[in-house]
Amino acid sequence: MRLSKPVVSWLYVAPLVLVLIPFFVVPIVVVLIASVFDTDGFGGLIPTFTLSNYLNVFTSTLTFNLYYETIKFTVLTWIFTLLLGFFIAYYLVFHVKNQLLAIGLFLLCTVPFWTSNIIRMISWIPLLGKEGLINTALIKIGLIHEPLGFLLYSSFAVVVAYVHQLTIFMIVPIFNSMVRIDKRVIEAAVDAGASRFDILRLIVIPLSKSGIALGTIFVVAIVMGDFFVTKVMSGGGSASVVGAFYEDIGVLQYPGAAASAVVLTVILMTSVALILRTVDIRKEITS
Amino acid sequence: MAIQRGAIELAGLTKSYDGVTPVVQGVNLKIPDGAYCCFLGPSGCGKTTILRMIAGHEDPTDGEILIGGENVVGLPPVERGTAMMFQSYALFPHLSVRDNIAFALRVRGQDKAERYRLTDAMIEKVRLTELRDRLPGQLSGGQQQRVALARAAITEPRVLLLDEPLSALDEQLRIQMRSELRRMQRELGITFIHVTHSQLEAIALADIVVVMEKGQIKQSGAARDVYAAPKDRYVAEFLGGQNVFSGRVGTVNGDRIVLQASEMKQVAIPLCGARVKQGDAIDVAVRRDDINLLRPGATLAGDTSSLASRVMGIEYQGNFVKVMLDPVGSDEFVAYVPERTFFHDPLDIGDVVMAAWPADHARLLA
Repeated sequence: MRLSKPVVSWLYVAPLVLVLIPFFVVPIVVVLIASVFDTDGFGGLIPTFTLSNYLNVFTSTLTFNLYYETIKFTVLTWIFTLLLGFFIAYYLVFHVKNQLLAIGLFLLCTVPFWTSNIIRMISWIPLLGKEGLINTALIKIGLIHEPLGFLLYSSFAVVVAYVHQLTIFMIVPIFNSMVRIDKRVIEAAVDAGASRFDILRLIVIPLSKSGIALGTIFVVAIVMGDFFVTKVMSGGGSASVVGAFYEDIGVLQYPGAAASAVVLTVILMTSVALILRTVDIRKEITS
Repeated sequence: MAIQRGAIELAGLTKSYDGVTPVVQGVNLKIPDGAYCCFLGPSGCGKTTILRMIAGHEDPTDGEILIGGENVVGLPPVERGTAMMFQSYALFPHLSVRDNIAFALRVRGQDKAERYRLTDAMIEKVRLTELRDRLPGQLSGGQQQRVALARAAITEPRVLLLDEPLSALDEQLRIQMRSELRRMQRELGITFIHVTHSQLEAIALADIVVVMEKGQIKQSGAARDVYAAPKDRYVAEFLGGQNVFSGRVGTVNGDRIVLQASEMKQVAIPLCGARVKQGDAIDVAVRRDDINLLRPGATLAGDTSSLASRVMGIEYQGNFVKVMLDPVGSDEFVAYVPERTFFHDPLDIGDVVMAAWPADHARLLA
């Protein structure tokens, strides 16, 4: 049997479409519609068209504080995951001569992922707590007399947990673009008299740009879309954008939560678009 | 006389990656300043390793490398005054032609204006002016090769090292770039060391051809000496253009010996000072273009060796005709007949011929 060309093309994309429509397009549309509805205050939606939910989001100083807080965590997490991810990938690609060892070490980086997110986060508590490992050790060796309070239930703890969770998302794409750098290109740079730092600055970083961009998208999207880590690790001391509309939902304020969600989605999509403008991501995925 | 800056001397150069099997073993060689030297050999013979050791990308296990009379082992490439042109070029894919060529000057901290002035002059020299803002991926193979050459030459090295520079190009371009390499070498007046597995490339370009096998130099010398007077069977077969016969010494009389082989009548070979005695196994080379093919019964000129044979195959090559004859033992037997001579009285497959050559032109191999 011969099928015409467009039919064949549609058949190829059909599985993806069948997944995307019910699990992505429909929920987004539902949220979009809910964001312009009114609420009766008891969880019911009144079908109208109103922009008051958006008005509330944009006029509330709370929104700006929430974004400030979330963006602060995003930027800090991004900086630390980027530094760690870049240099771990750099070490694996350029300094581990034995390829088998490099792959082994690479797999080692994924070990934290063998347990659940929540367990990984909670396992920081015995380490960072007031009577945790670090405080006890520091007191025992006499460096401090009182336990350090900022270690747990603080912004510090939030960033630590995020970095722990998300560094792998930097390592993988950066590793991926670094292994594709021709070793002879590095050698040619050495031949031209480039120092190790010159090679890093002029060759490795520019050629890992797409990996850095991909990793950045993962980290930024995950941190901005998360509230759980912030909530648990800050001990409730820090709020986040998603945390706020999670609470809206808790008090049945669906339209307000929907409007916040739409705003966040737009902001995230804009950031991703801006990141993608700096690199040719297609090259990274296809070649 | 002072040792010139681009003169190279390799002394007992040895390299082994695992400490057991040497890739390069005890290579000794002198290359004068400003020479075009070709390392020729099959892949895995150690020629690229030697090049990389001269360049400073590989450390020798043993031995010395002298450039301009100074031992450079352990020095980084920049301090050696060498520059390397890599196989398949290894251009920086994210930099324009201009920035690729300017790279070495940039990392030397030269300011932008001066850097680009020198670079543009070099771009002019390799005729890439219109393409200087392109990325390497947008260039053809020949253009990439010129960028690689310019990038290596920009620092005015005393030695330029080329690792199979022409292997990525197609046949026609290869011949064209070959003469361009030679032209650049004359213009720059520096030592070129060129690694190749193509004997055509080597003899066309080089002042000195170095034939290698299994990490050792088999023969080195002027292109014509190596081609016309190969030392042994390996060199003769690798450079081509020779028929190599093996056999035993029949009799020795004066400055001639007689070669005895099962399928051959006795053939006289000039001795040229070599010392052999009756019964020794020997190899003899006869140039393919020295062989005259005559119809049976034709009279031979004086002092000619000859062999009765049969035509097995004919290949037209344009300026000559390659005639494959009945193999002598396991050795290929081929005659290159000038085109006009051949078509004056064309032979056919299966024809019986007398293959004759001036007795003096046969050479005893080591």
